[in-house]
Amino acid sequence: MDLDVAFAALADPTRRAILARLAKGEASVNELAEPFEMTQPAISQHLKVLEEAGLVVRRVEGTKRPRRLAKAGIEAMDQWLLMLRKALEKNYDRLDEVLAGMEKHKKGAKR
Amino acid sequence: MSKMTLKIEGDTHVIVTRRFNAPPEAVYRAHTDSKLIRKWLLGPEGWTMPVCINEATPGGKIRYEWSDGKGHGFFLTGEYLELEPYNRIVHVERMHLPDPTPDNHVETRFDMDGYGTLMTIRMTLPDTQTRAAMLATGMERGMEASYVRLEEMI
Repeated sequence: MDLDVAFAALADPTRRAILARLAKGEASVNELAEPFEMTQPAISQHLKVLEEAGLVVRRVEGTKRPRRLAKAGIEAMDQWLLMLRKALEKNYDRLDEVLAGMEKHKKGAKR
Repeated sequence: MSKMTLKIEGDTHVIVTRRFNAPPEAVYRAHTDSKLIRKWLLGPEGWTMPVCINEATPGGKIRYEWSDGKGHGFFLTGEYLELEPYNRIVHVERMHLPDPTPDNHVETRFDMDGYGTLMTIRMTLPDTQTRAAMLATGMERGMEASYVRLEEMI
C-alpha cells in the first residue's frame, strides 16, 4: 500500500465516511450515495479516487458494480485508528504531568 | 508505558480506560477545571485551546475551541447531565467541523485503584455509522500529529 496515496485519498471526510460504510459490507453506488445527499456522479468521483488508491474494489454483477473494501482499505483504516489512539495517548501523557504538578503544588502548600 | 485501552463495544459504544498515578479527586478536578483542562486536552503537538468554557454543574455548558496557530481550528460544545464529585461525570458533546456531529453521550468514571485512579470513559453514539464516522474524524486529528512527526524527521 502506498501510504501517501492512501492518506491523500482519506483526506476528504466524505471518502472517510464511504470507507466507514463499506467496512460494514458491500454496497451499490446508490446505497453509498443515499446518506450523503450527494449526486451519484459526485459519489462516483470519490469512489474513483478510493479505487485508484487501491482502498476500494468493484465487482461486476449484471449491470451493477457493487463496491467493497479492499485489504489495503482495511489496513489504511487501521493505520488511522492507530493515529487516533496516539493523539489520545498524547493527551493523557500530558495529563500525567498536570497531575504530578498538582501533587507537588499540594505538598508545597502544606509546608 | 502505554496504559490506555481503546475498544468498541456492541454497535454504538466506545470504551477508553487509562490509569493515573494520582487520586480520583485530582483526576476529576483535571477534567472539570478550565485552567487544568487547557493544559492537556490538546491532541497533537502544536495545538492550543484558546477558548475553554466548562461550567461543571448539571445543565452547565461546555465549549472547547482548538487552534493549530496556523489558521486551522474547530470546536466542541456540550452540556453536563450529572456530576458526582470525585467519582463520575455524565455529559453530552458534539464536534463542529463546522457542521455539528450527532451527540456523543459520555460517562466518565474515576475509580480508586491503589493510590491511583482507574478512569473509564464509556461513549454512546446514536448508531454504528455515527460511531464509525466519529472514529474517522478523530483519525484526521491523529494524522496532523503524524505530519508534525514527519516534519521533525525531515
